[in-house]
Amino acid sequence: MPEPLLQVRDLCVDYITERGPVRAVDSLSLDVRRGEVMGIAGESGSGKSTLAQALLRILPPPAVISRGTVRFEDRDLLALDEGGLRGLRWTRMSMVFQSAMDSLNPVITVGEQIEDVILTHTGATRADARRRAAELLTMVDIDHHRLDAYAHQLSGGMRQRVAIALALALEPGLLILDEPTTALDVVVEKEILQQVRSLQARIGFSVLFISHDLARMLQFSDRVAVFYAARLVELGPAASIARAPRHPYTQGLLRAFPRLRGGRGESASIAGSPPSLLHPPTGCRFHPRCDKAVPSCRERTPELIELAPGHFAACPLAK
Amino acid sequence: MKQPSGPSGSGLGSWARAIHRDRKGLFGACVLGAFALVAIAGPWFFGDPSALVGIPLQPPTWPHPLGTNGQGQDVLAQLVVGTRASLLLGFAVGLAVVLLGALVGVPAGYFGGRTDGVLSIFSNVFLVLPGLPLAIVIAAYLPASPATVAIVLVVTGWAWNARVVRSQTLALRRRDFVAAAVVAGESDVRILLVEILPSMLSVLVAQVIGSTVYAIGAQVGLEFLGLGDVSRVSWGTMLYWAQNDSALLTGAWWMFVPPGLCVALVGFGLTLLNSAFDEISNPRLALERVWRAHLASRGRAPERSTPVVRNHA
Repeated sequence: MPEPLLQVRDLCVDYITERGPVRAVDSLSLDVRRGEVMGIAGESGSGKSTLAQALLRILPPPAVISRGTVRFEDRDLLALDEGGLRGLRWTRMSMVFQSAMDSLNPVITVGEQIEDVILTHTGATRADARRRAAELLTMVDIDHHRLDAYAHQLSGGMRQRVAIALALALEPGLLILDEPTTALDVVVEKEILQQVRSLQARIGFSVLFISHDLARMLQFSDRVAVFYAARLVELGPAASIARAPRHPYTQGLLRAFPRLRGGRGESASIAGSPPSLLHPPTGCRFHPRCDKAVPSCRERTPELIELAPGHFAACPLAK
Repeated sequence: MKQPSGPSGSGLGSWARAIHRDRKGLFGACVLGAFALVAIAGPWFFGDPSALVGIPLQPPTWPHPLGTNGQGQDVLAQLVVGTRASLLLGFAVGLAVVLLGALVGVPAGYFGGRTDGVLSIFSNVFLVLPGLPLAIVIAAYLPASPATVAIVLVVTGWAWNARVVRSQTLALRRRDFVAAAVVAGESDVRILLVEILPSMLSVLVAQVIGSTVYAIGAQVGLEFLGLGDVSRVSWGTMLYWAQNDSALLTGAWWMFVPPGLCVALVGFGLTLLNSAFDEISNPRLALERVWRAHLASRGRAPERSTPVVRNHA
């Protein structure tokens, strides 16, 4: 198997608080292969956005990376200094934020903003940068005449596309999408995701796609990782998880989505609410809400077990 | 997104906690508390500070720990009794300046349009007038009394506060929670008092502290120049009499060092207290303090990128 593009091993991220450190990402190991779309699913506070920002080392205080290694394109991300990180951010690894459409400068045309990114990081001339900016807009299905438009003249969906064009301007190896479509309606969401997918197939970058919408993610990703309370609970090919989710939490999540075709089954919700990370439950963190829990769940922290080829779940009962 | 969970609310309890946590703030509060105690209880322990109790210009001795001034009055008694007058005037002017600033600035920022135009021109006129020289001129024309000093300082001091409050109101008015209040049908008065003013409380507190430091300094300055009522005892008039008696020339340091030191200490205490209030207005600062301490305990300085700090419990 070729060397993965991104290799995360035993990564821990803590938020330092007055009541002690809160572990927002706990002992995470994960690979993103070249040219794949890796989905990270989980509810708010499960650590998925923290992970994304930790990869770029842009987590604001009081966050601290406290353990692990992150290798990306032969670089040790946790050993890079400020200069090394600057050389990496955006050129090799870029990100589209949840509110990326609000990150466009209102007084500069979108064209200039794309050109600025290119000019800052490469030796291109203004004319070259403009040509490339036009190309990038066309790539995300926006007419290149819109180079001279200001952010307020574009719709939310178009602004989000511009943000994606901006993120792809330097042909990064990894594109992180942190809930890029949360503020958009489902039709636009689907279009944008399909577009990312086709660009990804054409250009060949990898995508780390973060979302709380597991159903959408299963359609869109090659592999999916499910987070619960800072830990990875299930990891596997999207098709395999969609067909047969193994972890009770993933099963619960999928049961919560109504199905278009299929029986008239109740769409169920998972009882209870996610635990406080300041005082997480012992053993399996999902056991207080799990309908299959047995007494040993409370004591032993479950390891990831390979249940099908490439399909792992952190539940001993899933065997 | 993760929201910082810092000290929330603006109740007195959380303020007290924030001051307690911040060592600088705690020290400032102690200094101010000591002065407040002296201002309240001090005069009971001393007789008439204007009484002629000893030989003039006597250096510190046991019966007169801070010596006597040119009239043979006890300097310590004057210092203690003068504390009340000086602090009272300082805090009263500080509060009045902020109140006036808010009264002009909040409507200007909130209502905009013509209201803003009129109020802004009004405060801009006061801004371009040079403060202290104007204060000296006005004080010279009015009868010398503490009230004169107070009025002069309020008139010349409120405009900057109005400007800051106006900008702050302008920014808050565009926030979603104010728009929501408008849609919910709240009246302008309620929006101003319940939605906007509490959000500005930290700014106002910082202004009260800053204005009080200014007021105490300016008041002492005016009185030193003889523009206050020189027959009343306060830190400023003590300095006036010290100058009058040529204390600097004769080396009678005990006449001017104690009141000067008191002015400096009060200003110091208020400034330190301000740092604690900064943390209340911005809970993120409190979080960052814990984070910095965590890094420092491992010999690390804060960096721009997320730090990697291995091996901690």
